[in-house]
Parts: sequence; C-alpha cells; structure tokens
Amino acid sequence: MKLAYWMYAGPAHIGTLRIASSFKNVHAIMHAPLGDDYFNVMRSMLERERDFTPVTASIVDRNVLARGSQDKVVDNITRKDREERPDLIVLTPTCTSSILQEDLSNFVSRAQMDAKGDVLLADVNHYRVNELQAADRTLDQIVQFYIEKAKKKGELPEGKTEKPSVNIIGMTTLGFHNQHDTTELKRLMADLGVEVNAVIPEGASVRNLKNLPRAWFNLVPYRELGLMTANYLKDEFGMPFVDVTPMGVVETARCIRTIEKVLNEQGATVDFEAYIDNQTRFVSQAAWFSRSIDCQNLTGKKAVVFGDNTHAAAMTKILSREMGIHVVLAGTYCKYDADWFREHVSEYCDEILISDNNAEIGDAIARIEPSAIFGTQMERHVGKRLDTPCGVIAAPIHIQNFPVGYKPFLGYEGANQVVDLIYNSFTLGMEDHLLEIFGGHDTKEAITKSVSADSDLNWSKDGLAELNKIPGFVRGKVKRNTEKFARERGIDTITAEVLYAAKEAVGA
Amino acid sequence: MTVAAQPDALNFECETGNYHTFCPISCVAWLYQKIEDSFFLVIGTKTCGYFLQNAMGVMIFAEPRYAMAELEEGDISAQLNDYEELKRLCLQIKRDRNPSVIVWIGTCTTEIIKMDLEGLAPKLEAEIGIPIVVARANGLDYAFTQGEDTVLAAMAQRCPKQIEETEKEERNAIQRLLAFGSKKEEATTQESEYVEHPPLVMFGSLPDPVVTQLTLELKKQGIAVSGWLPAKRYTELPVIEEGYYVCGVNPFLSRTATTLMRRRKCKLIGAPFPIGPDGTRAWIEKICSVFSIEPKGLEERERQIWETLEDYVKLLRGKSVFFMGDNLLEISLARFLVRCGAIVHEIGIPYMDKRYQKAELDFLAKTCAEMGVPTPKIVEKPDNYNQIQRIYELQPDLVITGMAHANPLEARGIDTKWSVEFTFAQIHGFSNTRDLLELATRPLRRNNNLKNLGWDKLVKEDTRV
Repeated sequence: MKLAYWMYAGPAHIGTLRIASSFKNVHAIMHAPLGDDYFNVMRSMLERERDFTPVTASIVDRNVLARGSQDKVVDNITRKDREERPDLIVLTPTCTSSILQEDLSNFVSRAQMDAKGDVLLADVNHYRVNELQAADRTLDQIVQFYIEKAKKKGELPEGKTEKPSVNIIGMTTLGFHNQHDTTELKRLMADLGVEVNAVIPEGASVRNLKNLPRAWFNLVPYRELGLMTANYLKDEFGMPFVDVTPMGVVETARCIRTIEKVLNEQGATVDFEAYIDNQTRFVSQAAWFSRSIDCQNLTGKKAVVFGDNTHAAAMTKILSREMGIHVVLAGTYCKYDADWFREHVSEYCDEILISDNNAEIGDAIARIEPSAIFGTQMERHVGKRLDTPCGVIAAPIHIQNFPVGYKPFLGYEGANQVVDLIYNSFTLGMEDHLLEIFGGHDTKEAITKSVSADSDLNWSKDGLAELNKIPGFVRGKVKRNTEKFARERGIDTITAEVLYAAKEAVGA
Repeated sequence: MTVAAQPDALNFECETGNYHTFCPISCVAWLYQKIEDSFFLVIGTKTCGYFLQNAMGVMIFAEPRYAMAELEEGDISAQLNDYEELKRLCLQIKRDRNPSVIVWIGTCTTEIIKMDLEGLAPKLEAEIGIPIVVARANGLDYAFTQGEDTVLAAMAQRCPKQIEETEKEERNAIQRLLAFGSKKEEATTQESEYVEHPPLVMFGSLPDPVVTQLTLELKKQGIAVSGWLPAKRYTELPVIEEGYYVCGVNPFLSRTATTLMRRRKCKLIGAPFPIGPDGTRAWIEKICSVFSIEPKGLEERERQIWETLEDYVKLLRGKSVFFMGDNLLEISLARFLVRCGAIVHEIGIPYMDKRYQKAELDFLAKTCAEMGVPTPKIVEKPDNYNQIQRIYELQPDLVITGMAHANPLEARGIDTKWSVEFTFAQIHGFSNTRDLLELATRPLRRNNNLKNLGWDKLVKEDTRV
C-alpha cells in the first residue's frame, strides 16, 4: 500500500480509452463498476467535446460478483454493435475486472460471432502499466490487428506512395496540445513537400490502417506514445521512423535533418538546409528572441523542469541551450523510461529527479527556490504556494490547458509559443519581485468610504460568526446589504436571523 | 403529450442501470470539509485516486485531509499483510495530521478481495488510539451521494449516549473555554423560546450556514434541534438516545435512517425534504405535527419567498424538464420545479427508496395534481442510451444531467444543467431558494441571450448518440 494524494499518470484503462475514442467510429466498453466512466466527463469537459464519448460501461455490480458477468458483457457488446454500428469495439478491463479474473477473451470471441464490427480485448494489465504505457500498447494492438486482418484477406496495398510521405503516430484525445501539434506538423510536412499518409489515432478510421505501410517513414513526435507501433511497422515492413521531438528551434532542425536522411536513403533527393536556415533566422521568432536583450535578462536565472519525458526533456534543452537559463533540476514521472530521460538531459541540468511522488518534487522546488517552474498543474500549485511563477508544459492538465486558440508546442510556431510561455513566466516573477522591493503598488487600499465604514449597528456574536462564513469576495456586499436591511427596519442588533432575512429580502 | 396518467398515481419503471454517475467515494470531498477534525483514507486503486483527483478538481491542492491507500499488486495477491500495511499508513496520518477520526472508505477492490475492514478497524483503533470508522462506499453497490449515506450510517453508531456526556464534555474542555458564556445564553433562551418536546436530531451533511438557517427556521416554531449528524467535528457528534426523534434533510440517506431506527431505536419523522419553499414548509409542518405544534406564519413566509422569486419562476413556467438521474435529489427537485410551473417528463434516479422518500413522493403526486400537470415517469437505474433517444423525441426545454452528456446535448441544441452542481450548491431552506433557481434557470437565461444568433445546433451530422 502506498499513501498517495495525487498522481501524475492515470490508470491503464484511461490510456486504452484515449486511443479508442481518438479513432473515428470505435467504441470502448469498460468492464467496470458504476462510476468508473468518468473518462467521459474528462473528455467532455476538458476537450469540450461536442459528440458523445464513445465509451460505455458494462456495469460490474453485486449480481456480477455473485454469478460472473456471464452474458452481460457479451450482450452489451452486441447491443452496442447494433445501436451504433462501430467498426471496432474495444473491451476495456479495469482494475476491478483484473482481479475478477473472468475470461474476457472468451466473451470477446463469443460477441464476435454476432457482431458485425470487429471486437478486441485491450491487452493491458492494470497493476503493471500506467495510462501512457497502456495507450502505447493499445495503439500497437489495434494497428497490428488491422494489418494482420488485411494480410489475411490479401488487401494489404503494395508499394509506397509516389511522392515521399509520412505517418504521424501518437496524436490522441486528452493529449497535451495534441490537436494544435497535429496541425503544426501537417504544416511542416507540407513545407517540406512530404505528403501526410495518415495521422493516428486522432481522427483516423481503422479501415484505413492497412494503408500505413504505403508511407515512406513514420514520425513519432512523443516519446510516450507510438513507439511500439513504429517499431512493429519497422520490423514488419522495414519502415524507418523518426523519433526526434521537433520541440524548440534546435530539435526541430534535428528532426528535419533526420527526415531528410531517411528520405534520401530511399532514393529521394531532398535538401532541407535552406528551409531550416530561413525558418530559423527569419520566419520563426524564437532564434532572434534568444539574441534579443529581453532574453539576456534571463541569463543564469534558475529554473526547475518537471513533466513527462517528451516535454520535460525538450523544455530542459530549450531553456539551457537556446536561452541560457540555468536548469537546476529536471525531472520526469515516467519512471519506467528513466534511462532515456537521463541520457537526454544530463548535460543540460545540475540534478535529475525521477519520481512520481508530488511531495518529493514540491520539496525539491522549495529547496531550490527557482525563479520559475515549468511543470504540470501540480507544480503550478506548488508555485502558487511558494510564490513562484509556473508555466505548464505537460499533463496532467486542467481545462485551461486545452486552449481554443492555436497553441502548438511543436515545430516553428511551437517554438514561438514556448518563447512566450517562458518569457511570461519569468517577467511576471520579476514584476512581483520589483513590487516587493518598492513596497508594493502606490496605493495599498482602494480609498472608498463604504456604507458600513462607521456603522451604528451592532453585530451579535452569532451574526458575526455567520458573516464570517460567507466567502471573502462577497462578504462586504452581504454586510452592506444586511446593514441596509436592518437600518430600514429599525433593527439595531444584527443576528444570524437578521442576516438571512436580509438575504431573502434582497436576494443577494 | 397525453394526460392519460392518473393524477396521483406515480409511474415507476426500472431500466438496465447503464447510466453515468459519480462513484460514491466522491463523498469524501464534501465530508472532509464538513467534519473538520477527520481524515478520510480511501482504500482502493489508481482508478479511485484518478477519479477523486479529476472530479474534485482544485480542492485537491488545498492540503486535503484525505488520501488514497493505493493498493499494489502485492496487496491484491495477499503477499502483503493488510493489517500491517494499514497500520503503517494510519500511523503516518496520525503523525502528520493528528485527526480525531480516520474514516476508511472501502472500495470495489476491497470488496472483491474481501478485505475485512470492519474486522481490522477495532483492533487498529485500540492500537493507535484514534477512532476508525469504516464505510463501504463502493461503485458495486452505490451511486454518488449514497456514499455520504454509508459514512453517516457508520457514524450513527458512534454517536454518544447520555451517560458518556460528561466524558464528552471533558474532551471539549478547551472548546468550551473558548465559547464561554454561550452555554448560559442558550439555557436562558431554551426556557423562553422553545416548546417542550422530545429531543430531535437532524441527519445529513450540509454547509454550516445552511445548518444555522434550518435550525433557526425550526426555532421560530419553538422546536429545538439538539444535534446534527454529522457535526462540525467528530468529537461533537450528537447524543442519541433511545426514543429520540430524527429527521433527514436529504433524500439519499436511507441507510442512515434505517440505522438510526433499528440500531439506535430512534423515531424517524418521514417528511418531504426542505428543498424549495414548498418543501421547506412541508418539512417544518411535518415536524411540527409530530410534536403537536401549530405552525406559525409558514404560509405567509412561503408566499413571501415565492414573491421574491417571480423573475426566475416565470422563466420555468410551461417549460418541460427531463432528469437523467445521478444524485438522488431528483424527486425533490422535480417536485419543486413542478411547483414552479414546469412539466417534468421523466425523473431518472439511481435508486428509489419508496419508504424513506414516501412523504416526498406523495408530495410530488399532490403537487402535480394541484398544478394540473401529468405525473412524471420515475425511472430507476436508467439506461442513458435509451434516455437520450427519449430526449430526442421529447425535445425537452431543459435536461438535468451529468457532465458526460451535457456538452454533447448542448451541441445538439438541447439546454442542459449540470446535475452535480445541485449537490455542491446551497439549496436547502427558504433562504436558498433563489440560489437553487439561479442554477436551474441559468441555461435558460444564457440561451435567451444567444437565441437569435442561429447557432443552436453545432454538430454536422444528424443527431445521433
């Protein structure tokens, strides 16, 4: 047992559901007790999704415990198959169903007999993998399933596309700025003259997965999601993949150069150097920003970085290499992939922290006292407590991290966005600091003579106690309204009863 | 709509139970705030933790007095000793927070692996010297607000008896010191303002201001509330003796009511719940009638409240409402909305205790008859998919639903109100009716502002689930 207040990566089934609901016309059925379908709330709220989240639960209740799920799961699958005609139904185990140890794969094969669509059992162990690992695995599982299926039917298309083309792998629902990153990557590929053969799983149809091998290569922008699929496609079809995250000016250039190499190895004759040079020096603002006086002011400022592997590593490199900021500590919660992280950031920071315990990170931040933090929502709250500004760079995230406006983190526009994020975090910190030195703003309190400034009314002890229970931001208004009410009625002592009577009368 | 239904016969149905609601462990979020000296330990998996973290949003960052005892593979396969593990964590909690009570919330996992929490608790309690209350608030058995019911039912057993009173006062010596004088005041008011009646204890967790309001409301009738379950602190749990009267303030407290009747030998006052001015009046009248008190000025008071609400009520008049059902407040809310002049098509509800809610159900039927509207269909354990088909057919003016369906329905041009807000907002008593209507009419007011823009439907294909 572990005492835990907060967690960075969710349970395994969340990963599976993120993959399933990213595809078009794929439905997930969770084998879960009532209330475990809060994934739908997260998707509907955070992503502001207009469509019903294609996830339902086959409820595990007392009857199921007593008699086993028996026909219930099978019925729920075939019913959903009839109601919505999905291409694929993914039966998703949860922590509860893992310990029931029912033969879910048997249910799947039984349901498959009646169902028009395909039925799969997500192969994830709840107690061994987290959300990210499960997502990686489920995507791989679905891709393999449809490649195998096409192979058996002899429907696998032959050969490559005429022009150089790419599959972008790992873009999902509830992923950190994934939608904007997808747009930016598509734009980048168009600039490079590379056709986008497929983007998976977000917005893709499983029917088209058989076309994946037609691309010249695969691009896996995020370390956590898509590598298994890319490796499978490499082993199966010899498809090369590029796994350099194009985040920050330097890494974007490296990613583009790797793509150039991969294409030229397959007979293309492309040279992207002029593009990189033009983008870096004149189109994107990030490189120029690094030279500007603003950025000079940031030299040597202390920062702490924490997040998932992809974003924390990229951010550490940007801060240290592109802006001359002193990254005291870089950390990740992807413990299962810690070696990769160490290898990538060790030359850009003083310390490395591999942990999924939020208290440990909080303590480290308190000890280091950085000028700015770049982390998850949790670090943002630590920052609030310690009066340190924080830029959010990775999940877990809240609704404000799903902006409506265009805010990629990848590619050249992404580099611009990251510059703004970094700069705003630091200047806010500076402003705060200056205010402190000069003793705050000119006028400390707004000089308005409130109605109750010199009150002729008495507040009884219980009245005052009730007043103090009212949230601070409306207390003044309630107090004034109550006193007005009392004055009008000639009440000279305000009790709790008077307070509430005033509330009713005024409607405040 | 045909008005074929009998005016006072309610129509009950039961569907598949494939509906969306919150897990009952969510009760820790409001109970840890209510019971100030408590610590809630949820013994479950990452799934439970992730739910609390996401559903309770910001609260998690305010140094909550709740945590997960996250079960690992070794716990599931019994390679680790449950008792030793729980002892280690509870000692850590004692050291860091020193609470007056630790509440263990049993989850689906502890049920399935049959962890004997009720058996372990008394042993550990004796060993570490902190009371441990066990509540099985799991998704196998309960929905959302029923979580509070399981906790309060467990707490009901811990309420002291008169004999222990002196001891209890000793425990509270410091508090008494801080509140010196107030005791005497109470004694004097008691004589003059209260009628002679047997002790009355209220049950149900409400924010402190609402507790004060309802207590004052009864005081106006000369009725003294001798305690609330739960109180602000665990150490202040009310005295409950055989023969005491108890009354619930929320519709989801059946187990607590049963425990108070069977285990503590109390008499339950079955009344409609004090939600809306009509409900509040009926609630007070019922309590008065049990104590043979002639209620004073209630009719006038209800009328005055309705008068102040006219601007909101007129928005609801003639509007149709559909409750998908997820928090058990549905019957009371529907009754109130019918009184406001709305027509309720369907009341989805996770679980319907027809005995505990009898007075409320009768009141609903009576209200429908008085308002001349057909009685709604009450659907227990609803099926969300079927409900959405019915919503498409009926095109109600307002759907009260969980967040999973709210945005998709809005995108299809159907106004929705997020049901969970009703559990967190202050909606009880006369004084809070305006807040209640503020919530209920918000989508109508918002969409009145937007209605001429021509953006009602914001999805491309035909409305589909």
